[in-house]
Amino acid sequence: MAKVTLTGNLRLYTAGVTELEIKASNIRELLRNLGKQYPDLAAQLTDDLAVAIDGKIYQDDWFAAIGPDSEVHLMPRIGGG
Amino acid sequence: MVKMVMTREEVFKASGPASGANMRVKIGATRDGRITAGEAILHYQAGAFQGSPVPPGAQCAFAPYDLEHVRAVGFDVLVNRPKVAAYRAPGAPISEYAVESVVDEVAKKLNIDPIEFRLKNASREGTKASHGPKFGPIGLVETLEAAQAHDHYQSPLQPGQGRGVASGYWFNIGGQSSVTLNTSEDGTVALVVGTPDIGGSRASLGMMVAEELGVELDKVRPMIGDTSSLGYNFLTGGSRTTFATGKVAVDAARDLVSQLRERAAKIWDVPVGDILWHNGEALQKNGRGGPTETLSFRDLAESMGKTGGPLVGQASENVQGAAPSFGTHVVDVDVDRETGRVEILRYTVVQDAGKAIHPSYVEGQYQGGAVQGIGWALNEEYIYDSEGRLENAGFLDYRMPVCSDVPMIDTVIVEVPNPAHPYGVKGVGETPIVPPLAAISNAVADALGIRFSELPMSPPRVLAAIAAASSSK
Repeated sequence: MAKVTLTGNLRLYTAGVTELEIKASNIRELLRNLGKQYPDLAAQLTDDLAVAIDGKIYQDDWFAAIGPDSEVHLMPRIGGG
Repeated sequence: MVKMVMTREEVFKASGPASGANMRVKIGATRDGRITAGEAILHYQAGAFQGSPVPPGAQCAFAPYDLEHVRAVGFDVLVNRPKVAAYRAPGAPISEYAVESVVDEVAKKLNIDPIEFRLKNASREGTKASHGPKFGPIGLVETLEAAQAHDHYQSPLQPGQGRGVASGYWFNIGGQSSVTLNTSEDGTVALVVGTPDIGGSRASLGMMVAEELGVELDKVRPMIGDTSSLGYNFLTGGSRTTFATGKVAVDAARDLVSQLRERAAKIWDVPVGDILWHNGEALQKNGRGGPTETLSFRDLAESMGKTGGPLVGQASENVQGAAPSFGTHVVDVDVDRETGRVEILRYTVVQDAGKAIHPSYVEGQYQGGAVQGIGWALNEEYIYDSEGRLENAGFLDYRMPVCSDVPMIDTVIVEVPNPAHPYGVKGVGETPIVPPLAAISNAVADALGIRFSELPMSPPRVLAAIAAASSSK
């Protein structure tokens, strides 16, 4: 199962939980499963997120693969100026 | 469709400056110079609506450091001022100014050279970043070592002058880009992209396409297409164009090469697997040609109407894997004790580019970012009267640096390749504005013995600080 870390304000919607293990083979599945486990969190799992899988940061990429032992971080979306 | 035209005054008043901020930073370190913990509490002005760049500010604050214990908390503060807007590496120069100032103070307290102190604590490949994930190949240590070895850092200062150092970090992004390569019968190719060129990207993209096709650069004509003339393109921003559009341009060129090989195979009546593309020419693996020894790009372009029609290379992708760029700046200053004016005597930017496709344009980004940061550090501010009216809504009174304010900005390009780009490119556009605020503040502290915790260090503020320091003696 992937090791998932929630950063920023996401802990407000998980009763303070920031580290958990979730079965997911890609980002879309990860977000769906997280939303099922923490219904209050579901509304926050939007386009405003970036997802780092084993150090590589993805934005807007539902089908990026997550390995069974991947380290995943959910972070605020990154923009630029 | 509505077209809106704003006067310069309206632009100043309504289109959004960068955030103002109030920050508290604490850093603990052992006597031998190992940082044990860092904490940053950041309050960023959002203006009248939510949306200051405090999230990236909090994420970037401690990025240059390998810390076991780290906490950054950001507050998006609504105030009765214009809404803020994205400004080169949004949020990062602000928080890293505070952290890099405290790092300088700690290094001084411990009597350790500021670059040596940073090297003892620097993030490296595999370091768990303060914002969560582990870093891939990054070049912070290489920038610190290059700065330390640079003639600038080794040169002596005159009495009264000061030297400052600071490092900086920005994420960079990828995103969606579309590229088309339209071949002409004269052997040229039009490179059509949808990301406007704000720093030399057309030249860099053209060079990558020329390299892939094996043709001279002047055979590639880069141009920016209209919105409807290409697949979707995200905007130019986030230091993404040479990385993301560059990767897509390379893939479009490889698509075109694949078609060129197919045409050569048809002409020679051999399987396409027998055709190589090398130095702008098709040739057969067995070394034998058909009727001719080789078929050049121009040969195949000239005959394309008879061999299958237009040769068009295309690629559209959502590019991931942007790699961050770290930089380290060194600056020398002199302070006029009578006027409070800070003069930049010498300035050196050292930054990781991954791979500098067009080194002069990379240097231009380094220099431009440094000068923009010099303006932020020394002069640029919104000044309000007691009734809350903006008093300096124009470039006569809003003091941006001009050429006569700055010396030639020296640059060193460090190259630690990004594995997610075929040539190793990392974005370079935003990182160079991150270190100047702290680097200059550290230099002024070195020159005057006065630590400024408020920007800009404009002449009236510097003069007042000198007077206050004199009267307290």
